[in-house]
Parts: sequence; C-alpha cells; structure tokens
Amino acid sequence: MKAFRILTAGLAGLMIAASAHAAGGAAHPHEPEEGWPFEGVTGQFDQASLQRGYQVYQEICSSCHSMKLLSYRNLGDPGGPFYDPEYPNPNDNPFVKAIAAQNEILSPTPNDAGDFDFRPATPADTFRSPYPNDNAARAANGGAVPPDLSVIYKARHDGASYVYSLLSGYPDEEVYSERVVAEASDGGTPDDESDDTPAQVQTVIDASKLHIGHGDEHYEGYLIQNPGQYYNPYMPGDTVPQFEGDPRHAPPGGFLAMPPQLIAGRVEYSDGTEATVEQMAHDVAQFLAWAGEPKQTNRKSLGLAVMVYLGILTILLWFSYKRIWRNVEH
Amino acid sequence: MSGHESSYTPTNAFTKWLDTRLPLVRFAQDTAINFPTPKNLNYWYTFGGILAVCLVIQIVTGVILAMHYEASVDGAFASVERIMRDVPYGWLLRYIHANGASMFFLAVYLHMFRGLYYGSYKAPREILWILGCVIYLLMMGTAFLGYMLPWGQMSYHGSNVITGLFGAIPLVGESIQTWLMGGPSIGNQTLQRFFALHYLLPFMIAGAVILHVWALHVPGNNNPTGVEVKDVAKDTVPFHPYYTVKDAFAIVIFLIMFAVFVFYAPNVLGHADNYVEANPLVTPAHIVPEWYLLPFYAVLRAITFDLGPIPAKLLGVIFMFAAIAVLFILPWLDTSKVKSMRYRPVAKQFFFGFVAVCLLLGWCGAANPDDAVIPALQGDPKLVVSYTADGQEATSEYKGGNEAYLDAKRFMETLPADANASLSAVPAPTFLFRHFSLILTFCYFGFFVLLFFLGLTEKPKELPESIHKSVLKRHKASASAVPAE
Amino acid sequence: MTDTPAHDHSETIDDDRRNFIHIATGAVAFGGAAMFAWAAIDQWNPAADTKAASALDVDISKIPLGGEIRVLIGGKPFFVRHRTQGEIAAAESVNVATLRDPQTDDERLHAKADGTLNRAILVTSGSCTHLGCVPVGPAQGNTGDFGGWYCPCHGSHYDTSGRIRKGPAPKNLPVPDYNYVSDSVINISL
Repeated sequence: MKAFRILTAGLAGLMIAASAHAAGGAAHPHEPEEGWPFEGVTGQFDQASLQRGYQVYQEICSSCHSMKLLSYRNLGDPGGPFYDPEYPNPNDNPFVKAIAAQNEILSPTPNDAGDFDFRPATPADTFRSPYPNDNAARAANGGAVPPDLSVIYKARHDGASYVYSLLSGYPDEEVYSERVVAEASDGGTPDDESDDTPAQVQTVIDASKLHIGHGDEHYEGYLIQNPGQYYNPYMPGDTVPQFEGDPRHAPPGGFLAMPPQLIAGRVEYSDGTEATVEQMAHDVAQFLAWAGEPKQTNRKSLGLAVMVYLGILTILLWFSYKRIWRNVEH
Repeated sequence: MSGHESSYTPTNAFTKWLDTRLPLVRFAQDTAINFPTPKNLNYWYTFGGILAVCLVIQIVTGVILAMHYEASVDGAFASVERIMRDVPYGWLLRYIHANGASMFFLAVYLHMFRGLYYGSYKAPREILWILGCVIYLLMMGTAFLGYMLPWGQMSYHGSNVITGLFGAIPLVGESIQTWLMGGPSIGNQTLQRFFALHYLLPFMIAGAVILHVWALHVPGNNNPTGVEVKDVAKDTVPFHPYYTVKDAFAIVIFLIMFAVFVFYAPNVLGHADNYVEANPLVTPAHIVPEWYLLPFYAVLRAITFDLGPIPAKLLGVIFMFAAIAVLFILPWLDTSKVKSMRYRPVAKQFFFGFVAVCLLLGWCGAANPDDAVIPALQGDPKLVVSYTADGQEATSEYKGGNEAYLDAKRFMETLPADANASLSAVPAPTFLFRHFSLILTFCYFGFFVLLFFLGLTEKPKELPESIHKSVLKRHKASASAVPAE
Repeated sequence: MTDTPAHDHSETIDDDRRNFIHIATGAVAFGGAAMFAWAAIDQWNPAADTKAASALDVDISKIPLGGEIRVLIGGKPFFVRHRTQGEIAAAESVNVATLRDPQTDDERLHAKADGTLNRAILVTSGSCTHLGCVPVGPAQGNTGDFGGWYCPCHGSHYDTSGRIRKGPAPKNLPVPDYNYVSDSVINISL
C-alpha cells in the first residue's frame, strides 16, 4: 500500500516536471538582482517602473512591435501604470486621455464619406500598431514579423526574466569584429567599373570574450553573424551552423532579426531615473509582465483569501467527519 | 436506480400523492441518502465524488466562457484574452476551466487505477467499468476539442497532428481527415465545428455518468476487500451522512490543490507557445499534447518500424488506439476470481509496475524521442569531417576532447578547397527515449496479457469472510498495538 | 467500543444534525458556494471594453436645418436634430401643465461651455418609451401630428422637443448625457 501511495503521489509531480520541458539551446534567463516586485503571494507591480516601462515601449519598441490586445484605457486601470484613484473609470483619467491623444490612429469606423481618417486615439482605442498588417511588418523588417508584445510575458518561459535577459544580454561591443572574406576586385579591367565587386565583409563574434549570465563557461572560436541577424545568448535557437570552432562546445542561444535596442541614455526618464541598459530592460520587462497579465496581482490576493477559506472548511469538515463516524468501525 | 429494496415511506399527504405519480423523493432517498454502502471504503473511493464535482465545475465555467468566446480564426485568440482582461472575473473562470481539465484527468486516472487495484471491473460490474471507459474516451475527445479553441500555436499544430492520425487509416483515412477538418486544412470551419462539439460532449459525458451511477447502484459498491456485501446491517452504512461527509472532506482537500494551480501556477500545466496566436506557417519546435495524453503520445511515437504490409505510421496509430481499447476488454482478460489485489500478492507487484510504466510513458511522451534517457551515461559526441575526394563522399572521425577538434581542424586544412569539407558533431549512441518508449509500450500491453495467465496460476491469500469481519480484524490488530481505551 | 450497525443509530444521527459543528460546516460551505456564484453572476455585467465604448463625439455642424442624424452608441440609437425657428417656437409655446410628462423645452437641452443654450440642436434617445421601437422622423417624411417623431409600432406622437403628446408611450424621449466639446462637436455618453 505504501508503494502505491508513493507512486500515485508522484504522478502529478512527474507529469508536471515532464511537461515543463525546457526549451533547449538557450542560456537560462535570469531575473534582475533585486528580483521582481510582482512575484510571490503578495507581490505588487512597482507603478513608477511600469510608467518608465511604458515610456520605453512607447519610445523604442512601439516603432516595430504592436500590442493589439491593449487599449489606452488599460493604462489607467487599477494596478496599471497611470492608475489614479481619483478616476476609477480610466476613460475619464485626463493623463490617460492625453497619452492616447499623442497617438494618431486610423479610425476603425468610416467617416460620413466612407473613408477612414487618421485621428488622435481615445482611451477606448487599442494601442496604435506600427504596421497595418503582417505583410507590411514582414516587408519592413527583412522577412521577420516583430511579434506582438501583448502577451509575450505568457508566451515565453519565465516571461519577464526572458525579456529582461534578452534585451540586456546582447554581447558587449568589444566581442564584435569585421572580417574580409573576399577582397575588393576590379574585375580585371581597371577602367571598367561595371565588373567591379566590393569587398565582402563578415561580422564575427569572438566567443572567447563572451560572458553569459553568471556562468563562467568558456567558449573558443568565432560566431559568424549574417547580415540582418544578431546573436543573443538568450534567444532559443542553434548556433552550431554559424560557429567556427568545436561544434560540441558552441555558445548557447541563437540569432534574431532585432539588433540591440537598449543603449544607455536612449530614453530620458521623466522621473530622473538614470536610463542604464539594465534599468530600461527591467522597466520594460515589468511593463510587459503587467500587460501580459494585468489581473495577476488580484489573482494572487484572491487566492490567499480562498486558501484561508478552504483551510477553515477543511478543519470543520474533519470534525464533522470524525463526529459522524465516531460509532462506526471502518 | 438501485438494486436494493426501497426504505422510503412517505409521511404526509403531499409526499404520498407525489410518490404515486412521480416518485422523485423515493428515488433521491434510495440512491443518495439511504443507499447501503460498504463501511470499509478508503479515500481512494472518494474520487467518484470528486469527479462529479469536476464535471459540474467544467460545465458551469464552460457555459459561462461560451458566452464570451468567439469561434473564428480572427477572433478566437483575442476573445480569450478579452475574457482574461475585460470580463468581470473572466480570468478566474477561464483559469478554473483550463486547470479544471487537468484536475479532471488527474482524478479520473486515480479513479481508474483504484478500480484496477481493487478489481472493480470484475463480475458483476463489467458494464460499470465499460461505461467508465466510455466516459474516459469522451473526456479525451472533449479535452482535445477544447484545447483547440484558444487558437494558439499548440492548439493549431496539435489539432493538425491529431487529425493527421486519422489520415493514416488505409483507404478511407484521407477522406475522414478532410471530413473532420471541413477543408484541405484546419481553418475557420474546423474551429466552429470543434466548438459546437466541445459544447455538446460534456452533456454526453453527463449522460454516461448517469448510466455509470446506475450501473454502480445495481450491484452496489465494490470495496477494498473485494468481498461482496453479505449482511446489509453489518457490512454497510447509509450513504448519507457517512459518505457524503467523507466525500466532502476529500473534495475540499482536492479543491485546495486545484486552487493552488488556479491562483498560483495557472499556466504551469500548459505551454507557453499557446499564448502565441496560431500561425500555419510556423510549427513550434516541440509539439506535445497536454500532460494527460502524453502516455498515449509516447506509444504513438514508439512505433518507428513497418510490420509486414502495415506502415509505421498506421502501426503507431493502431497501438495507440489499442492501448485504450484494451481497457474495454479488461473484465474478460483478467481470469482471477479474486477481486482485490490486497489478496493477490503477485499481481499486486505487477500492478505497481504497471503504474510505473504509465508514468514513465508519460515522461517519454514529453521528451524528445531522440534525446538520451540518461544524458550522464552518454559518451562524448564524436567529430566527423565530411568531404569529397575523387568525386566520392568520404568521412573521417575523431574522438576525444579538444585534441580531437584540433586534429580534425588540421586534417581539414590539408584538404583541397574543392573537397567541401564540413565538420559536425555526432552524438554517441546511447539509450534514447525512442527505445525506452518501445520497451514501455510492450510492458504496457504485457501487463494485460500477464493478468490473463496470472489468474490461472496465482495462489491468492485467504479472503476475509465478510467486510464486517475484515474491519474487526484490522481493529483488533491496531487495538493490540495501542493500549485499550 | 463495540461495533453496532449504523441503522440502529438513527437517533444519534438526528442528534447529530443539530450539532453545532455540522451547522457551522454547512454554513461555511454554503458561504463559499455563494462567493463562487457571485463571480459567475458578476460576469453577466458589461465587460470593461463594452463600458469603454459607450461615448461618441458627434459633429453637429453638418446637420441640415430641419433635419436630423441618427447615431448608435453601444448599439443604442440617438437622434440629433437641427430644429428650425418654427420648430423651436412650437416646442416652447406648449403649456407644460397639459403634458403627460411635464418638461419645458429648456429642461431638455444641455448648456454649452459658456453656459448658454443652443436651442437649434436637440439630442434625444431614439427608442420609443413605449416598447422600444425606433420612431420615424423628418428623414422618413413622417413627423407625426406634432412635427417631431412618430412611432409606427403603436402610434405614439412626439413633438419637436421629443415630448410624448399622443399614443401609448408613457414618457418623453429621454435626453442622454452629452456636453459641448466645441460649438460644432458634442460628446454623447450612455
């Protein structure tokens, strides 16, 4: 019987462990040193950080990435970046209205003449999308559609830490170098420019200079970065085909079409916080964590109440049970 | 709905009047209040009640979600997220429904293993067991249909794989597949019909549950001794309040675990990829079904060889369906006259082995079939240089650490440029999940074959005379250990 | 302890039913079920996005004199009418005391930002207060006996201030919440 119990108890455990199979090949995302304030049973979002995160999204990310599932009014929802208790209905929040109005959107309804006009957004409108459709996005980004960021937090394992690690995890400037793979040629006729070919240059990454996360793994060799592709150790993928070195010890990660975006000082925070790469990555990751699941703090606090309730009910039922069965041997 | 005599007597004029027209009160009294239930049922017997609660929770939350869900390829994903964001308490209802499916399966597996252990499928309960298998099959269908509705990447490509299974059937397979999808591929029409069926099937489950309970109440409950009730007064207690309170206690304990998932880990049993909207052009790197279907998925993938005229793909499908079908004929496969494995020492050991096989199959189902089961036992990969020499493909292998790499590199430098030399790492041969699933698949079916022969040869322990005697004996044993009151 | 069949214990069970612990357990369980029921009922309320889409800016400068435009806000029809001098005079000259639902014309108008009334523009709900049909008006060529609107379902007549004058409807056409964003734009909200 004991073995039966142990085995059956292991069912859930093993299955959960099995289905939470990690995506292979990429470095494990890490959270910022101070951790995430919204995690844990009583965690809450840091409103100032959410506001800065929105600023980073608005000024940097939103030029390529849409957030189709969010409306400007969400910014003023309870728990949101610009929530003001004075305006329980976010549609009335003047700050939210002003933020919405900064964005020109194509009206989803036609005007009297049947045409679609551009107009400033209202809080009820969804976030402005940078491209009218996926084909336009693909065409503008070398064939890769920048993913919608509405639920990216839930669409990646360890969402917030993934975004944070990816954005702040591009290798330092010093590891990149250029390599000439084919010399410039005049095509044999020095005077004829039509048969000239320019020098072919390749960007290579010296793997021995990579410092990935907190690991002290050392890699020897060169990673070749094709044009329009950027190496990131946190990107799921496979570096072996691009690696000049021992294929058994290729660096983790993969290549993505997004170049490094966060450069120190690229945004000027209105609250005076210094815009370091880590700070911006931290803020925008927290903003995306909120956007991906805005009700998560409500969920956890309601969960606490439910747990207390179920605990009380369990105790009461136990006594009821004992009392009813007290005269029956079973 | 019960095989025992009714103990209900109407007391007032109205109940007498009603009893001669529609004996609803008598029915309720006989099935849910006075129903004589063996008094030795342990906690493994509470999962029936837990499953009833699961079904009600799924139907209630499901009907509510259907009020907000939009069954179209353009609107499905966004409407699910709208439920999470804008509908009052929508996030709660959706997470209860999504995790409720997992809880339902967890409970049904424990319920089935309990039936297997205590021989609850044996005469006179064969129909009861078969109805249970029908419910299980309907549950799998419902879960599969429901998983498609959020229209995420896993929804889409998972449905693609499962409908593809039907395509493996010879002659009619492709027609069936097209007929299921309503077109050349999974699209809007598929989503709409799957939604309609996902709404229908739970009510068919509810109907099958009524039959299941009916079939239970004719012979009455089995019990851990497997000995039938001999003396109703001594061996049983009325269902209410004895088992209502015991079931309620177990249900609340179960709800605590349920709530931990809903409130603190609502997405841990799902896949992150399903929060990416379906894209027919991009398949996720790692397609796996939900955890509760993993053992069958492992059986499907374990078969990688042709058997005579049967191609591997069809053979895998046959084995997977056989893994479920074998449950239906189990009452006739097991030849032992003794029900409970408590008194079958040999079969009991094999039962535990079978539970382990099912768990391990689940593990294999989640893993990549070409990965090593125990990576630590796998040797270093070897390096292979492939090149062309004199118009012929040639390879050269190197084993060892960094030295091997340097050797391979030096060798490549000696080759002429037109040799097109390339270097790759080839993993050392080892025991892969593919091999492991195949062994486990044979163990799975082997268990049922074994039950047949074991019943003929096994010498069971002595059975207790009655439920009452068995309880008394256990209490005496514990009373001698503990000082008397 | 001796083991006795439970059926002989019916008295004890009846005692048990009155036991405090059972009552407490039942009450707590019922409370929990009620809390869950609350979530299941609250979801019938309008969702946040539905609430957010319940206001609209309307350009009133393009409404022809004597005509009207009809707008939908959250699926509900509203009339915005540009009244002629004659229609305004007719609306103002009525003896309010004789009306079924007494209201002056001024009470049915909202002031502009500077506090003055724009009597030319009348904003009303477009649902007849009888059973919710949409009355016909100037665009359909039928303004009823009192020059305002006529409901074809059951014959209610409204005047040029949208007040009920004849027929089964009990109330005037309600005036929604609206305000002048500028001289030519009004914002109507539910």
